[in-house]
Amino acid sequence: MTELIVGTKKGLFVLEGEPDAGFEVTTRAFAGEPVDFATRDPRTGRLLATVTSPFYGPKIFFTDGDPGEDWSQADGVALPEGGDRALERIWVIAPGEAEGTLYAGGDPGVLFESHDGGASWELNAGLWGQPSRSQWQPGGGGLCLHSICTWPGEPDRLAVAVSAAGMWLTEDAGRTWRRGNSGLNPRYLPEEALRDENAGRCVHHVERAPQRPERMFMQFHGGVFRSDDAGASWTDIGGGGLPSDFGFPLMVDPADPDSAYVIPLVADMDRVTPDGRVRVYETRDGGSSWAPRGAGLPAEHAYLTVLRQAFSRAGAGEGLELYFGATNGDVFGSGDAGATWFNAATRLPPVYSVVAL
Amino acid sequence: MTTYDSPMALVRVRGPLRRLADGTAEHELAGETVLELLRALERAHPAMIGWVVDERGRIRRHINVFVNGERGGEATAVAAGDRVEVLPAITGG
Repeated sequence: MTELIVGTKKGLFVLEGEPDAGFEVTTRAFAGEPVDFATRDPRTGRLLATVTSPFYGPKIFFTDGDPGEDWSQADGVALPEGGDRALERIWVIAPGEAEGTLYAGGDPGVLFESHDGGASWELNAGLWGQPSRSQWQPGGGGLCLHSICTWPGEPDRLAVAVSAAGMWLTEDAGRTWRRGNSGLNPRYLPEEALRDENAGRCVHHVERAPQRPERMFMQFHGGVFRSDDAGASWTDIGGGGLPSDFGFPLMVDPADPDSAYVIPLVADMDRVTPDGRVRVYETRDGGSSWAPRGAGLPAEHAYLTVLRQAFSRAGAGEGLELYFGATNGDVFGSGDAGATWFNAATRLPPVYSVVAL
Repeated sequence: MTTYDSPMALVRVRGPLRRLADGTAEHELAGETVLELLRALERAHPAMIGWVVDERGRIRRHINVFVNGERGGEATAVAAGDRVEVLPAITGG
């Protein structure tokens, strides 16, 4: 059985099912509230959700019980008191490598750490205190820290991405950070500005290849990139058959370090699936070539938008399952690594995030 | 600054704020300003910390506070017997 945890504009939905048998909604929680992201820590079974009430601000909630009822608010999810910034939103939660450790990324470009399974959190002071912070530029979604890439077996190594403050890397568990933006030369900047390390690098999503952790894949704001040196430098792999190098989410097959999946959109000025066709593009050669995977996906008059946290996977290799949700409320799934697709849900509220387990 | 001599006002909350305040809607609290009353409410019910007032000490953008029916802000003075309503704004989509 596969569990899909779907964050939407109007609540959290939990779906259960299998690719061959279909999915059904088993729970709706936080009715009416925007659930930006939700996930389950596979080590403990704890379900965590980030909710940004338009009235009461961003919060993290967690439950070890019935997700329809028993949620507790996590402590410490706030910026330092008395400053001139307030926490705007939590974009992502990721389990760390150390026992009990989780990370959460949010706006304005902040990383929180929990060492008790998500019940309480503290701000990562190293990133918060970056001297360049005052010059960081927000992307269209705010100054969001949206990607958190752990390093299998090495809890001190972490890479995070901030739109549009680029990649940040640490090898000492977040005490110190350095940039990882070499090669990220956006088309939206004049050439002279590329030398300015504070000029905006609008990273949309980053994933690490678990079997070869120094390899990472990135969907950029105009560009798909690969790094083979743990995020220090990047090579454009956005040619080779993609209809567009603009998009938001990206996923990898954990069994294959040469693999990546993207869901291209037309361009930043037209953020919908190209030609009215919904297609996922797959590479199995590190980005040298891309092939469309659209069997079973809408192929006519389908102008969908898939957000950066709305693409997920379960399993690996031949058993790889892929799932993504769109802002029209559809959730699509594949039980055969993208070869064929089915509808896992239709007519949900606009989908913000999908996590498959 | 709230002192023992500060006036007592009646603060009324609804919906999720009421649940966070142990199910109680009306709270008699001491404070010279709206912000002092809200801080007093947080001290009495720590679960409310961060819900109405953000880290900067500002009332969240989509929450309205009325003092005796007039829209108020953090610095609005309150007097003994004043009624303070904390309400979510009409926003959203």
